[in-house]
Amino acid sequence: MKRIALLGMPNTGKSTFFNRLTGASAKVGNWPGITVDLLRADILLGSEMVEVVDLPGIYNLHGFAEDEKVARTFLEEQPVDLLAVIVNATQLDRQLALVLQLQSLGQPMVLLLNMIDEATRLGIRIDSERLARELGIPVVAISAKHGMGMDLARRTLARALADAHPARHADIEKTFSEDDAIEARLEQVLADTVEVPLNASDRLTDRLDAVLLHPWLGLPLFFLAMLGMFEAVYTLGAPLQDGVAWLLETIKRDAVTPAVAHWDPLLRSFLLDGLFDGIGTILSFLPIIVLFFLFMAIIEDSGYMSRAAFLMDAFMSRLGLDGRAFVMQLMGFGCNVPALMGTRVMRSRGLRLLTMLIIPFSLCSARLQVFVFFTTAIFEPWAAPLVLFSLYLFSFGAAFLTAILYRRRLGGDEPLLLELPPYRFPTLRQMWLRGWREVTHFLREASGFILLGVVLVWALTHFPTGVPVAGDQTLAGRMAAFFAPLMEPLGIDHLMTIALLFGFVAKEVVLGAMAVIYGVGEGELAGIVSHRIDWVQAYSFMLFVLIYTPCLSTVAVLRQESRSWRFTALAVGWPLLLAWTVSFVFYQTARWLGF
Amino acid sequence: MMKPRPQDRPETLAQLQPGETGVIVAVEGEPELRTRLLSLGLRPGRRVAVIRRSRFGGPLQVRLGTSDLLIRPQQAANIRLA
Repeated sequence: MKRIALLGMPNTGKSTFFNRLTGASAKVGNWPGITVDLLRADILLGSEMVEVVDLPGIYNLHGFAEDEKVARTFLEEQPVDLLAVIVNATQLDRQLALVLQLQSLGQPMVLLLNMIDEATRLGIRIDSERLARELGIPVVAISAKHGMGMDLARRTLARALADAHPARHADIEKTFSEDDAIEARLEQVLADTVEVPLNASDRLTDRLDAVLLHPWLGLPLFFLAMLGMFEAVYTLGAPLQDGVAWLLETIKRDAVTPAVAHWDPLLRSFLLDGLFDGIGTILSFLPIIVLFFLFMAIIEDSGYMSRAAFLMDAFMSRLGLDGRAFVMQLMGFGCNVPALMGTRVMRSRGLRLLTMLIIPFSLCSARLQVFVFFTTAIFEPWAAPLVLFSLYLFSFGAAFLTAILYRRRLGGDEPLLLELPPYRFPTLRQMWLRGWREVTHFLREASGFILLGVVLVWALTHFPTGVPVAGDQTLAGRMAAFFAPLMEPLGIDHLMTIALLFGFVAKEVVLGAMAVIYGVGEGELAGIVSHRIDWVQAYSFMLFVLIYTPCLSTVAVLRQESRSWRFTALAVGWPLLLAWTVSFVFYQTARWLGF
Repeated sequence: MMKPRPQDRPETLAQLQPGETGVIVAVEGEPELRTRLLSLGLRPGRRVAVIRRSRFGGPLQVRLGTSDLLIRPQQAANIRLA
């Protein structure tokens, strides 16, 4: 099968074009030596099936950025029949350099002038016929967002592909010396073919920026926007999640439970409490992921993400991060899972890993449930809100401390060099496609791991058989006893340690697990807990729950996104160590002070 | 009228105030950074304008032809102006 590689700078609408060209059939492809997700799709072009690969956005074929290395490796190691190069027609002055550079590879090429509608609106005139003549390659003007010129683009690609010589690898090393010659040619081609009015910037964008990036109003508006997005995702998401949970519970109660009523009790428990609940855990994330990425598509494609970077950078750069990391950290306060997936907008691996390391400290809504329960059960009504507030402070504190400690090691000190694109609104189609793709990606990459983990915890709390579930005699109980010397200095007894083990699956189940462990209904749990532990123990327990591994799904997504077990181990191990230390210091100090 | 002293003229992009423009004469710095800057279009001969500066020493919004870029003062200091 012939192969087309899609290339272009970031912010050229390359992905939009790819989506137009391939529909929803695209999948993440695997190539040896390529460490990031590349989308690929097989499509019918003319009369033959063709593979289209969406390479990451690059500024320079010889650049040092992660994405540029990936694109280079791909072109050097995979045979390609045709390069489809997409440029933003409003920025030809800047983007044509890459086209000329790619041309020196000597491979067949088609140039796509995207966002031609925007260029026309700004009064930019491009003589595309002359451009085609001077470059010696077919040039097609399109608007991928609105589907303009797509038929012509398809026909042109098909024709160019039919004429192409056999596929070959690119020899990029050889073209390094030609970069200087490109400069001169670039100016000539631009002068011949492009006419830009003196003031071609987007008026509407300038007016919006005057408010949204205002020295005093900018930050409050940013926080308002974040609050709005947060509320939208999680307020809309909560009933959907409840709906999914209700549906699963109904199916479990009315269909699955009766069907397996006569099975062996152990097998029945495995099916209901292990497998079924594992699937439930995975499904409960789907509504939140879809919603999150619908809104992410808006703030990303609109160009507001770069504005967030502008506003927050003075502070975040001190932590080795940038404003986009802050957005993801905030979103993590709803749920860590989509926030981790959202870090993909950061194209520098170091920056991205550092952000992924701090997101799990965000006090997510699942942990909030546990904290609300404990604060109301144990603290006086006047103290409860203060306790909750202090936990939020610890959440930010742990994240910032981690960023400062690991910024050098993970190489998060990349210079911030971002484009500030004009404000655009994504089409509904783009938004849905994004949400859909992220959900399928999550199901494919993370679900196996989550299911395995849930089943493992089920096994720990159900074996050996014949003893009370999650009791002292089970494997979990023995593990808790084993860890007792470590946990007792934190004021956490072995029953609570078992609850922490459950909490590893998901924080939502901690309370249910405690009810099982104490052998009471969830309604009576508050009474029991307030008799069993005092406030110092409770606070120490909450600190531990706040800081240690948020949940199995977070670990699965950390793995999915980093593609590294070593990083995943760090992202689990470091918070555990920190959680222990913080709880230890708190508990021992409080006891020493006589509380 | 006092003549403007030579050191008053901004020498690098980092010194430009909002609304001011300059023409790039040289791009300095580590090869990695230099390549990035050049491929973003910050090339000698191009006219750049600073649109706004973020507060507390944050990044600059720089206009270059039809595109706007964000750059921290630290990196902008590598871009020498005529």
